[in-house]
Amino acid sequence: MVNYGPSYGKLVVIVDVIDQNRALVDSPDMVRGAMNFKRLSLTDLKIDIPRMPKKKQLSEAIESADIYKKWANSSWGRKLIVQKKRASLNDFDRFKVMVARVKRGSLIKRELAKLRKEKA
Amino acid sequence: MGNFRFHQYQVVGRALPTATDEQPKIYRMKLWATNEVRAKSKFWYFLRKLKKVKKSHGQILAINEIFEKKPTTIKNYGIWVRYQSRTGYHNMYKEYRDTTLNGAVEQMYDEMASRHRVRAPCIQIIKTATVHSKLCKRENTKQFHDSTIKFPLTHHKIRPPTRKLKTTYKASRPNTFV
Repeated sequence: MVNYGPSYGKLVVIVDVIDQNRALVDSPDMVRGAMNFKRLSLTDLKIDIPRMPKKKQLSEAIESADIYKKWANSSWGRKLIVQKKRASLNDFDRFKVMVARVKRGSLIKRELAKLRKEKA
Repeated sequence: MGNFRFHQYQVVGRALPTATDEQPKIYRMKLWATNEVRAKSKFWYFLRKLKKVKKSHGQILAINEIFEKKPTTIKNYGIWVRYQSRTGYHNMYKEYRDTTLNGAVEQMYDEMASRHRVRAPCIQIIKTATVHSKLCKRENTKQFHDSTIKFPLTHHKIRPPTRKLKTTYKASRPNTFV
């Protein structure tokens, strides 16, 4: 996953290693290019491909391994989705979130008060 | 393609036709410069060293930028350099692994500056070539010729994803293990 820069959060496949600091990186929606390892965070997901696959081979391998679905279901992937959602809220959405949190808090407090009364 | 400091140009020029020489020989040169103006200037500099012709009685017929044909494959580049050190001129052969020739040339300029304190004006590129993995001479490039290459990123610092989230102080020491 790219962890810095304009493509933050993008899933890319390391296709080859250029030298100690850079890898050749590819994804179905970008031109194959070099990226510094410092901009990449390794995920658990692996694909079975030869070293420099053709674009079609790569896309097929990603499809068969169902990478994007696995990513969206993983805890890391879900956190990223939530991050993106939070960053894209408008004021009304934030109001709705606040109302929901207040409701949840009041439910919790009500239960807590009940337990306290039983204890007392 | 990336933003390169040095671009590769093909410059074609000849001496101006005179009464004695109606069709002077045309010369073509491939060289590296930061822009086209500098490329033309360098062309005359090198041509003067080879033929008796100056910019004042010559003409540039064409100047084109040369781009990388396949920037999506990794290649080993060998660069032959002539550079001026504090004590004289020396030749050097350097190898770089990169996706584009312009990238390799930029690496070369950076390396010469850092390792030998040679600035860009004092460097002349004699020749560049893509070298097959079998013919590479430097251990530094040969160590990456491994189809099952594997190495850990030791002392892996994880950066905040934007500079806005950077903090001077941290609550706990970050874990840089691999």
